[in-house]
Amino acid sequence: MERVHRGVTNAVNTGAGRAARPARTRRNPFAGTGGALALALPMWLVFALFFLLPLAVTVIVSFWEFTQYSIEPAFILRNYADLFDGCLEDLPYLCTTLKTYLSTLKFCFLVWLTTLILGFTIAYFLAFHVRTLPMQVTLFLICTIPFWTSIVIRMIAWIPLLGRNGLVNQALIGMGVTDAPLEWLLYSDFSVILALTHLYALFMVVPIYNSMMRIDPALIEAAVDSGASGLQTLTNVIVPLAKPGIIIGSIFVVTIVMGDFLTIGIMGGQQIASVGKRIQTEIQYLQFPIAAANAVMLLVAVMLAISALLRMVDIRKEL
Amino acid sequence: MSGENDVELVSVTKRYGSALAVDAIDVRIRGGQYCCLLGPSGCGKSSTLRMIAGHESISDGDILIGNRRINEDPPAKRGTAMMFQSYALFPHLDTVENVAFSLKMQGARKDERRSRAMEMLELVSMTDYADRKPDQLSGGQQQRVALARALMTRPSVLLLDEPLSALDPFLRGRMRAELRRIQRELGIIFIHVTHSQEEAMALADVAVVMKDGHIVQEGHPREIFNRPATAFVARFMGGHNVLELDGRTVTLRSDAIRLSRDAGSGQRRATIREVEYQGPQVHLNLATERGEEMAAILPERTYFADPFAPGDAVGVIWTQEDVHQVRP
Repeated sequence: MERVHRGVTNAVNTGAGRAARPARTRRNPFAGTGGALALALPMWLVFALFFLLPLAVTVIVSFWEFTQYSIEPAFILRNYADLFDGCLEDLPYLCTTLKTYLSTLKFCFLVWLTTLILGFTIAYFLAFHVRTLPMQVTLFLICTIPFWTSIVIRMIAWIPLLGRNGLVNQALIGMGVTDAPLEWLLYSDFSVILALTHLYALFMVVPIYNSMMRIDPALIEAAVDSGASGLQTLTNVIVPLAKPGIIIGSIFVVTIVMGDFLTIGIMGGQQIASVGKRIQTEIQYLQFPIAAANAVMLLVAVMLAISALLRMVDIRKEL
Repeated sequence: MSGENDVELVSVTKRYGSALAVDAIDVRIRGGQYCCLLGPSGCGKSSTLRMIAGHESISDGDILIGNRRINEDPPAKRGTAMMFQSYALFPHLDTVENVAFSLKMQGARKDERRSRAMEMLELVSMTDYADRKPDQLSGGQQQRVALARALMTRPSVLLLDEPLSALDPFLRGRMRAELRRIQRELGIIFIHVTHSQEEAMALADVAVVMKDGHIVQEGHPREIFNRPATAFVARFMGGHNVLELDGRTVTLRSDAIRLSRDAGSGQRRATIREVEYQGPQVHLNLATERGEEMAAILPERTYFADPFAPGDAVGVIWTQEDVHQVRP
């Protein structure tokens, strides 16, 4: 009888929408810490097998010893020392490693900037200028069309456009903008940034759009009502409220671009250094320990960048 | 004679595509009045408010505030301020920053913004919550902050879009008194959209009853309640019986009806259908012999001196003075 009575009170509380205390009489088959862990186990297994284990192996191998013909388990710091060999002495001139990291960071920053500007603009247009939901969904799907083809094809498609005798150069010459073909269009910083932006802008669009869709349109009217100009509404209301989306998009883009070697390789005509490219080369020469050391350094760099981004927003609130 | 703070709508029309939301309405609200736009949902009251606010374009006609045509002015230049139904507080700003938002937009210094926002929070008794974010405030508190924010621009007209609909009945009563007090203190026009006739009767100096984009009746709530222009107004305001008498449509206030045990006496023979106890009064549903539905409201004490039960046959009595003819 007591049980029933309590059940009713709980139901009433829940009905009022104010139930702070959970219904105690309801039986949860997975109640208790053991049950909760059991439920989380499959995810843990996947996480451990495909993330923690490879990571641990990478870290361990980065301390191994290697020569031209052998790799021996050991615990030496030589790989890390080799990575930055001569870097301190050469200052203020940058050693190859630092140059490579700086170049990667430069691409990372520039691509972050271009995808952010492009992504924010597209998301803003979709969220605030397109009025009907079906139209929003349609335009949104159109944004995803490039993802129907592989990354490599999307990159190679730029080559006939940007090449010395490509469409862009021909058009520019035809219009009389320039009389000689522009050399910097392809196999240059420009083409790398262009391709990376093209490939990853959507990763910026999606989270920002998601954040913007949660903004109550009345907030914008309230801002206008308070005398805010369009720009003021943007900086004082929309950007702060879209910030979680901006940060999440930034994390996507930063992590992808930091580790990229394919795009920088192809669009840079194999002439531009990047950390990813270097790791790939080292692996090709079977120098696993130094490649692992390099990968750990890259991981540290990426994690520093992400923790800096996360400081700017409470990501748990958004998810 | 027009006052310099009057709000005037001259055949204001709003079309959404081919649908007519507001059909050439004319209204004049005098300075210092509390006006309620009243009507069922979809009657065009919100569109009218949003046109005055400048959040909706005017399809046709003119809106004048203080004899100045403001059709094309942006909201902030109209001297209006709007309080939104959902309150629309900026979730990333605390109470003070929300209230001071308009000052920030004008480029006021931070200490000045804060001191003026605190003054305004004083008016709505919210100074203790100055540093809270909106999600840490209750519905009633959020509303006070929204009110303070709207008043910050020193508007000559405050527009309120169903401001009390999200509150529980108890809080609603208190906020109602608060709104009335603040309106009296500031002496500015309040235009308040509501679908609750109770709210309009409690607050308005002038109520405008709308239906299907037209104004059906405007005037003091007492005038509207006692002399409804149409059967629709009588039904919407409540407390009225709408009857056909000698080919005329008339209304008869429910509290003007007396009931007699003698079913043969009075103008109608009826059966009690339902009895609802409402505290100060008792509400009875009647079905007359002719198939009309009627309602009678009896003072609690009168009723319980000789209570009826559902199924009792009664005579329904009223006097000729209480019969009020309306347009059907």
